[in-house]
Amino acid sequence: MRGMTIIVKTIAALLIGFIMLFGFYIILTGHLSPGGGFSGGVICAAGLLLVILAFGADVVKERMGHNLAVLWESLGAIGFLGVAALGFITGAFFARFIPVQRGFQLFTAGSIPYLNLAVGLKVGAGLFGAFLMLAAFRESERATEGNSEGD
Amino acid sequence: MEHLLPLLVAIPLGAAFLIPMANLIGGRRGEPISEAIALLTAAALVAISLSTFAYPSAAAVWIGGYRGASELLGVTGGPASAEAPGPGQAPVRGVKVEEVVAESAAARAGLQAGDLITAWRPGGEFAPEEQFRPLHTINELRRENAALKPGSQLVLQVVRGGEPMELVVTGGKSVTGIAMFSDGLTRLLVVIISVVSFAALLFSMSYMRPYTKLHLYYSPLMLMIAGMNGVVVSGDLFNIYVFVEVAAMASYALVGFGVEAEELEASFKYLVLSAVASGFILLGIGIVYALRGTLNLAQIAEFTRFAQPNDALWLAVGFFVAGFGLKAAMVPFHAWLPDAHPQAPAPVSAMLSGLLIKASGVYVLARLTFNVLGVSTALAYVLMTMGMLSMLLGAFLAVGQWDFKRLLAYSSISQVGYVVLALGLGAEVLARREAISDKWAVLAFLAIFGGLLHLLNHAAFKALLFLASGSVVYRTGTRDLKELGGMGRQMPWTSFFTRIGALSISGIPPFNGFFSKLLIVIAVVWSGHWFLGVLTVLVSLVTLLTFAKAQRYLIEGEVPARFEGIKESPLPMQAAMAILAAACVLLGILIPLHMNTLVGPAAEALFGQLQGYAASVFGG
Amino acid sequence: MLHAVLPYVMCVVLFAIGLYAIAVKKNLIKVIIGAIIIDNAVNLFLVIVGYRTPLSGHSIAPIVTPEMAESRRELADLLSNAVDPLPQALVLTSIVIGLSVSALMVVMALRLHQKYGTFDLTQITKLKG
Repeated sequence: MRGMTIIVKTIAALLIGFIMLFGFYIILTGHLSPGGGFSGGVICAAGLLLVILAFGADVVKERMGHNLAVLWESLGAIGFLGVAALGFITGAFFARFIPVQRGFQLFTAGSIPYLNLAVGLKVGAGLFGAFLMLAAFRESERATEGNSEGD
Repeated sequence: MEHLLPLLVAIPLGAAFLIPMANLIGGRRGEPISEAIALLTAAALVAISLSTFAYPSAAAVWIGGYRGASELLGVTGGPASAEAPGPGQAPVRGVKVEEVVAESAAARAGLQAGDLITAWRPGGEFAPEEQFRPLHTINELRRENAALKPGSQLVLQVVRGGEPMELVVTGGKSVTGIAMFSDGLTRLLVVIISVVSFAALLFSMSYMRPYTKLHLYYSPLMLMIAGMNGVVVSGDLFNIYVFVEVAAMASYALVGFGVEAEELEASFKYLVLSAVASGFILLGIGIVYALRGTLNLAQIAEFTRFAQPNDALWLAVGFFVAGFGLKAAMVPFHAWLPDAHPQAPAPVSAMLSGLLIKASGVYVLARLTFNVLGVSTALAYVLMTMGMLSMLLGAFLAVGQWDFKRLLAYSSISQVGYVVLALGLGAEVLARREAISDKWAVLAFLAIFGGLLHLLNHAAFKALLFLASGSVVYRTGTRDLKELGGMGRQMPWTSFFTRIGALSISGIPPFNGFFSKLLIVIAVVWSGHWFLGVLTVLVSLVTLLTFAKAQRYLIEGEVPARFEGIKESPLPMQAAMAILAAACVLLGILIPLHMNTLVGPAAEALFGQLQGYAASVFGG
Repeated sequence: MLHAVLPYVMCVVLFAIGLYAIAVKKNLIKVIIGAIIIDNAVNLFLVIVGYRTPLSGHSIAPIVTPEMAESRRELADLLSNAVDPLPQALVLTSIVIGLSVSALMVVMALRLHQKYGTFDLTQITKLKG
């Protein structure tokens, strides 16, 4: 899939940093305000979708590749299971092993921020991989049909 | 044993995500590593499931805590005071209620601000008529409440405006947290799931060689195992829904694995119908939550026993029957199964037919009917009707099939109809009790036991038959019975195992199918539904006919010219079939041995109904 | 009284529209849209189940602020007057599940178009009997 004009490319390149930052903010403060792993992950994935649309699927496949998505997704899932398994330290699966303190700060909610982070990684990478597959699918279908019209 | 329960879900889930990573990192050696991880996981699951026999039968894990929260009683009051509640009456000592929190247990009991609570005692069906104890401070009441089991009752003597009255509060400890619970029924299903998935994985090692991108096969397979284990272990209604969806989504991907046209069509049809069923299930869950305020199965069971029955729950029951009936492929929700099961690769068909329709369909229906929502004649009749129609439709449509796997799929519908019929019969007897027979307890237990035994047996022989069909497809490339023939000479082991499977499903002694079908027929006839008994025996005869035809066209007869030189299938495939065939034979011959340890506790778990379930979860 | 029932009526209407689309429409994409509408109708039902009519007028969101966390009495007040947060958690999970199912359906429809050349359901009938 070909990319878009130079204006869109420049703006997308400028914005992606802020979008990812905002996504990580929503992921990390999931225990303090509405948000959490899933919503933040979707925001990150939407930012990456903007990059796919602006630059074209083949460019993104070259630079970031589907393997990256699979790797981060698996790491996210294994991280989640790892944090849950670490609960065995305090006696049971999924038990809280970092104590909860009063305070409404970033690290006072036990293991929830880490779980949010793992879920956010997984969702972001998973949705990015799904979008990449769809974009690449369109590409291969167009190639087999021999359709040479513009986008 | 509590610590093993989350591992049953966590280990396959971890494997499902280790496999793509191993494939990524391993490069060309990635595929054998994926297979090795999958097999190790399956072996670990078999070990865990067999080790559950070493522990007592019931265990509960509360993820997130199970603490008493006395605020849920919802009442604040002043210190003990002596008041004269009305002119000319003696002063009464009690605690004056200052405030009742809205929507709390006290508010639902009818307590109002300004009431004077004078005495209390524990209430409920099983508390003896005790003396009322005088109340001195409100904290005393809260402390006593926090010590009781969830759903327990307190009877309060209250003076309101001079009038003494009694109020019943359903309070007790609050349940916070998500429960995972295992009893006899869970153990039976966990053992079935582990053994059949181990055999299917062993089979896939050589069956899936011709395919590429195998990590996309093993990973959803592990997810499906994790989902099914999660369904049977979960003690929370929404958790059951989530795990049913996890297993279902993995199965959508697996049905369409080899992306040919027919497989995609089957997978799409299955997907859309299953999505509608999930919508119905979620609606039912919403209704149950709105009426009972909790999602914990044991607490809903307590509310079903003690709280006011609500007609809106019938709507929820209807939605659950529709949704989980589709997952269990009951008539009239069976339309997806004859397309989806044949098109999947053979080991996946074995797992779908042998495990998924039971774990996410029949198990949940049984759990909800017996242990959570309570048996009733209406629900029992619905289950019996669905079971009977499935039996008939599946059997008669199976006879005419020439595609071997489609024949097996229709026969699955029929056999699961047997199980649902037996469970429905058990529910009816438990609902009507003496109206059916004075030995209703024995009859109900017999029906439930027969149904669960048939569930176990069907998993064994149907998986065996699907694996055998896969073995034939692997060597000949076709599953059309008209084109096959004479496999008895070319593939002796496969035909031997097919014969064992076919004899088991037809109900020939001493294989396992005979005993479960016999028990079901006895239970049906004893309960007075003699016409249903005639139909059951007729369906059994039709099944015998179907599999005689299958054996005739598959094993006997002339070998067609183009299949002259084919050899037996590779060793892992034969080993997998041998495991299941041994299970068929042993489960039949050794019934006195496994009857009390495997199926017996499962039937007791269902027979104990509401109070048995709640008692096991909350510890008596 | 009607204004309390109206949201539920809307859920049922949405569910019926989705069911109609799945049962009657012949285009694959319209069937997918019907399934998505059903998911949304059920999520809406779950959210409405959690609503609690407040005493004062407008409903209270179940968010605990640091000042409120100091006193148990205020927490208990909030818990009983605010909208129930549990169905919201259920809906979050349900939205994720619905998203995955929709994505899978769309990809499968694309592949079906590749194999059969059409989106018309009446022509995608290789499996019969």
